[in-house]
Amino acid sequence: MHWFLLVTTVENWIKSGSVWPLNLVFGLAPAGVWAAILHTAMVGAFFGLPAFVFIWAERKVAGRIQDRLGPTRVGGRFGWLQSLADGVKLIQKEDLAPNAADKMLFRLAPYIVVVSSFAAFMFLPFSEGLVAVAMDAGLFIALAVLSVEVLGIVLAGYSSGSKWSLFGGMREAAQMVSYEVPLGITAVIPVVMAGTLNLGEIVQIQSGGAQNWFIFSNPFTFFAFFVFFTVTLASNKRAPFDLAEAESELVGGFHTEYSGMRWSFFFLAEYASMFFVSALAAILFLGGWWTGIPQIDNALASLAESSVGGLYLLRVFGMKVLLVKAGLMVFVQIWIRWTLPRLRIDQVMTTCLKYLVPMSCFLFLGAVLWPLVLVTVTGQTTLHKTWFPPVGERVPVPARVEQHHETPAEADSATENESSVSTTIRAEANRAVATLDSVAGGDQ
Amino acid sequence: MGQALFYLYAFIACGGAIAVVLSQNVVRMAFWLVISLCSTALLFFLLDADFVGATQLLIYVGGTVVLLIFGVMLTSSGPYRGIQNSPGEMVQSGIIGLAFLALVSSTVFSVDWSGNNTLLAKSLNAESHEHHGHAHPHDHEHGDEHGHHDHDEDATVQYGYNAPSSGNTTRSLGAALLGVRFDKDYQPEAHGDEHGDHSVSTGYLLPFEIVSIHLLVVLVGAAYLARAKRRVDVRNV
Repeated sequence: MHWFLLVTTVENWIKSGSVWPLNLVFGLAPAGVWAAILHTAMVGAFFGLPAFVFIWAERKVAGRIQDRLGPTRVGGRFGWLQSLADGVKLIQKEDLAPNAADKMLFRLAPYIVVVSSFAAFMFLPFSEGLVAVAMDAGLFIALAVLSVEVLGIVLAGYSSGSKWSLFGGMREAAQMVSYEVPLGITAVIPVVMAGTLNLGEIVQIQSGGAQNWFIFSNPFTFFAFFVFFTVTLASNKRAPFDLAEAESELVGGFHTEYSGMRWSFFFLAEYASMFFVSALAAILFLGGWWTGIPQIDNALASLAESSVGGLYLLRVFGMKVLLVKAGLMVFVQIWIRWTLPRLRIDQVMTTCLKYLVPMSCFLFLGAVLWPLVLVTVTGQTTLHKTWFPPVGERVPVPARVEQHHETPAEADSATENESSVSTTIRAEANRAVATLDSVAGGDQ
Repeated sequence: MGQALFYLYAFIACGGAIAVVLSQNVVRMAFWLVISLCSTALLFFLLDADFVGATQLLIYVGGTVVLLIFGVMLTSSGPYRGIQNSPGEMVQSGIIGLAFLALVSSTVFSVDWSGNNTLLAKSLNAESHEHHGHAHPHDHEHGDEHGHHDHDEDATVQYGYNAPSSGNTTRSLGAALLGVRFDKDYQPEAHGDEHGDHSVSTGYLLPFEIVSIHLLVVLVGAAYLARAKRRVDVRNV
């Protein structure tokens, strides 16, 4: 199982010659192809399994909040296999399309939703180096891919040939177009603080203890986290913003006419996106895969520096920490859904345009100006970095700039160096040397 | 693999564009536009222009097309839903399209691609890429890119999942926006210039800001025009 979690080295592992039964299989195609297949399988697991669990959790939490038991029978205790039973039921259902529907778009719309939600997981780092595609524009491209999801929902609403669906789709479009603005502005706040769009680097900068998490960095980011969380609720169509599928008014909203697997695709994508935005919030504001306890984080980081086994431990443990954080936030989303009543569409738009957008702009300005004010008053950029410095790969910005001025050849390597994410901590020192050798002045 | 993917995405992009023209329903047109724009974004990814590809997805697919469909849904009745072209319109648009095609193709054929290729190869460590002779210099698709990077063994150590040359344009673009050009100003050969020292670019921040202010003015103007009727009522009262 060792190779399975050290995904950044899957290809090297395959190339290095594997044990007997596996080398027959891996010999059939280039190592890169197998690495791609393994990554796809892993991303698929991360896409499907949380959705599986959270659909069950939704029923269970809803039951408890409404003083019911929720599912109790399927799977022995607690009804933990209820999602599987749902899935089996949905597969058996007939795939219907209304006569008035635009058949082609009606059939394609669920796939757009699922594919965009799935593709967003490619850019999500689950732990130190545990990411399918590590790129500099990680956050940007994740949000870009996720924003395609709304297109499928709008198309579903339009092509169903039903007034309920059309209303649901229109509400979703109006809501998404508005809520993308505060979502972008609040997501940019950690980016500005970290100086990078790379999700892995954003987490590394928050290492070294909970006081380094961006949510505790300054008062503005503290509130920015809650604004971000609210906006992600809306962008996932979760209550109280679930206007697109308002059951009490629109029957089922955009998915009124869907049945069977196509209907379940919408829900799979919804729960997967809930998990995705929660993990994104954890990465941007809550320290990602670091526990926030300096002793544990430091111990893990030094273990990872000293041995491959330690690195493995850091990755597995970090993944679990991130899953726990994201799972807790999904729980809060479910809790909110079954506690708060649904807003009207005008209230939804008012919340966004009159409150969330100005708030996020103000918080953005504040978070940008805070370090400047702090520097002029106290002489340091943060209040507490001196006590618990980050243990990760943080390169202080002044040092980086200085490096540019020293020797031109190193300027490229500094950027390249930082850009190759999912690097190992223990290789920090000789990596600089390695990139110096390999880059040799060529940019990109 | 990269070549095959290039042809696949190029085919999908062109096919989607043709389907936009041929379909009669506005929403289907928008859907085909999405297909075409998405494969254009994938072409950008093949070119390692990850930031441009992501921008293409975010702005055109996630933004413009959604707004377009939203507008169609609001006005989806009568003449706007299905578009029937008269023969005269077909001829007109055909002439315009052919003229544009002639312009683009004449531009493409007038460029000295071989010189461009040598420049690209020089800046991309030519020996490390097996097939760089086309417009997509490094064949890069996340996941199977390593199939092409056999040279990685001779480099000292390969860290990280991506090759050093892939998926890392964002930082350079951001620095270039502020006027720091890593590819021009800090090249080692830039030292021996006739100027003696390397020249620093001016950056694109000011033009960028001018364009944003311009867009803001357009937005305010549109809002003003949309509110014009209500203003008349206020004055009368």
